[in-house]
Amino acid sequence: MSTSVQSDRSDTGVALRMTGISKSFGPVQALSDVSFTVREGTVHALVGENGAGKSTLVKILAGVYRPDKGSIQIHEKPYTFDKPEQALAVGVSMIYQDLDLAEHLTAAENVFLGNEPAGILPFTVDHKAMVERTAELAGSFNFDIDPAAVVSQLFTGDCQVVAIIKALARNASIIVMDEPTSSLSETEVARLFEVVRRLRKKGISIIYISHRLEEIIGLADDVTVLRDGKVVHSESVTKLDIAQIIRYMVGRELTEFFPARDVKPGDVRVRVNNLSSDSRIRDVSFDIRSGEIVGMAGLVGAGRTEVARAIFGVDKKASGSIVLDNAELSINSPADAISCGIALLTEDRKRTGLCLGLACSWNVTIASLGLLGMKRIINPAKENKIAADVGAQLSIKWLGPQAPVDSLSGGNQQKLLIARWLLAKSKFMIFDEPTRGIDVGAKKEVYSLLNRLAEQGKAILFISSELPELFGITDRILVMRRGRLVGNLKTGDTTQEEVMHLAAVEVS
Amino acid sequence: MSKFMRQLLPFGSLTLIICILAALKPDTFLTMENFMNVLRRSSVNGIIAIGMTSIIISAGIDLSVGSMLALCGMAGAYTMIAVGGSDPQGGAVVVGTVLGVVVGIICGFVNGVLITKLKLQPFIVTLGTMSAFRGISYVMNSGQPYNVPSYKYLGEGVMLGIPVSVVIFVIIIAMAGFLLRYSRLGRYTYAIGSNREAAFHAGVNVDRNLIYIYTFTGLLVGIAAMIATSRTVSAQPTAGIALELDIIAAVVIGGASLAGGRGTITGTIIGALLISVLRNGCTLLGISTHIQLIVIGMIIILAVAVDQLAQTKTRELQA
Repeated sequence: MSTSVQSDRSDTGVALRMTGISKSFGPVQALSDVSFTVREGTVHALVGENGAGKSTLVKILAGVYRPDKGSIQIHEKPYTFDKPEQALAVGVSMIYQDLDLAEHLTAAENVFLGNEPAGILPFTVDHKAMVERTAELAGSFNFDIDPAAVVSQLFTGDCQVVAIIKALARNASIIVMDEPTSSLSETEVARLFEVVRRLRKKGISIIYISHRLEEIIGLADDVTVLRDGKVVHSESVTKLDIAQIIRYMVGRELTEFFPARDVKPGDVRVRVNNLSSDSRIRDVSFDIRSGEIVGMAGLVGAGRTEVARAIFGVDKKASGSIVLDNAELSINSPADAISCGIALLTEDRKRTGLCLGLACSWNVTIASLGLLGMKRIINPAKENKIAADVGAQLSIKWLGPQAPVDSLSGGNQQKLLIARWLLAKSKFMIFDEPTRGIDVGAKKEVYSLLNRLAEQGKAILFISSELPELFGITDRILVMRRGRLVGNLKTGDTTQEEVMHLAAVEVS
Repeated sequence: MSKFMRQLLPFGSLTLIICILAALKPDTFLTMENFMNVLRRSSVNGIIAIGMTSIIISAGIDLSVGSMLALCGMAGAYTMIAVGGSDPQGGAVVVGTVLGVVVGIICGFVNGVLITKLKLQPFIVTLGTMSAFRGISYVMNSGQPYNVPSYKYLGEGVMLGIPVSVVIFVIIIAMAGFLLRYSRLGRYTYAIGSNREAAFHAGVNVDRNLIYIYTFTGLLVGIAAMIATSRTVSAQPTAGIALELDIIAAVVIGGASLAGGRGTITGTIIGALLISVLRNGCTLLGISTHIQLIVIGMIIILAVAVDQLAQTKTRELQA
């Protein structure tokens, strides 16, 4: 009704109909009875908090996962996919956040990767045809891209166009875009929207996953909101505003899940002043009192992890200072940060946390061998005892301190890493997504652990993408957007809606 | 348990080969003299393999050890002759020996600094220094060896009935084994090899530790070089060509993983002995050196294949 285009399209056919889709991973029900319909030639936004089931749903569509129950119809024909190739063959293309392009190949080579036109001689590739057909496809959609350019030399926005052309070369009629704007600049975003609109005009359906709600209002025709693996709302965008979408996304009651907090924050322990780093954070300032748990919210790519990395000496600071217990710290490496009493539980347990092949005890003591009186020579018996004690204290379930780390469950691995920082006697502890990928029981234990640490007077910075847990255990919430701190709110005086609004909506 | 089994495998094969040889050639193989001979021959390779073990555990590699061996020997022998004349003795020999070892330390240090400060792959850096060290060895005396006729102690000397080189070998085994197992440096070596990023985030000074590891290997190569020089009473610029492959083979047969984070001194020693005993046995049985190459090649592949199989099996059991 607001735009004429909208009403013209109301009688278009259905491109995709997913009905009654359920999927569980072990004990976790990722999706239950989800039905999802996308009309031909429309942009359909799929929104929801982290873990709401968006990725699982589109991965089922793309043939990555098989649903436990439910059916998929594409242009009113039923299909079951065992492999991604089968979905591709009937016109479903996924464009992942990290794009999946071969960086050292040219745009044209990427477009025809695995699908190269044959040359005259056997086993050869017709390069000329590849370049011509890429140019032709780009031209028919008015995309400005050089088919001979090497992908690693292109801007992210151009890479995205290459990925789109790659989808078009396979006759995609449904294109899924997962957080396409998270690493784009403003101008590139505008250009991407133009590209998406052109695709829509040619009758292609786009499933658009994004956290940035203002984008959705401006771009999408329909929106479907997922929460806890269920569809909570599906409607034309014109009938909704951002506030309503946020309400649908977070509309969940805080249960008794979070342990009661009874800590009176003391004096200021940590002061971060005007912190900037080369990796996109600008002028971030905040302080944390002793015994205070301060949350940090923000979208993927807002710069939360980068704040932690700059404080911990992983990334170089461009400017700014960190003061702990009234002393300004000079930190150039994680080793410096640890000796100053700072801990960082990194967001990626496997990549930056654990030495997976090694014993649990080794992983626990590695950051504090000096403190434990093993400056040069390690006493294995003593080390074992220390590890066993801290393991018992955190009730880590293992076969013993000598068991290899990869024999532990995700939750116990996480507790092991927390144990590492307990032994390091850290005063300022940063937890980056500590509950990601661990089960509900382990989450609860992590929360009580954080509480206990706060009771001991430590200053805690708790980075999380899950608003309920931020509201469940923090005293204050900092909100990041595009590398800047845009909110510093007392948890008791704010709402999930307000935090989401600050994190997701551009104020001009 | 699985760790123990993995150690048992190369040890078992070594025992098996010894038994077979003992049965086939009891009068020549099963003698104290032959046994000492095998140990003496293993000492040079074994000492270098100990250094290589620490590098491979840290997920690195050092291809330059063979060239480094030649360079250290040449530098040591040159110094002996420069100080003590054409048949150096006493003090000149000591000075030369020390200098040869120091050159090894410097070479290892250079490798470590290039790898960490230029952020280059160890394979590339040591491929480069392999060529450069060899070149310097040739340049030193226009491709000719230095002869040091009286430099016999390290190669042929005997201490309490045991060859000096074997005594040095055993002392180094004990020290390196202790360091790798009980020192913080050893612990960090495993951590860096297992997950360099994680080690860095846990406060390990990765660069400094890698430089230590490569320098330590240089030191061991220096010692091995002086033993090798003494054994032939001359320093050859062609010494140790393709030696790195034998060394890596010993380490890998001993159960270390080229992906890093895994390996032991015990395993490497068994690997080195396995190769030596095979060579010795083949010689005693009159099998040509050409055939020996084929046998050793197959053993390398077999050892790693069996080890990998054992690993997948234990992982399946855990899951």
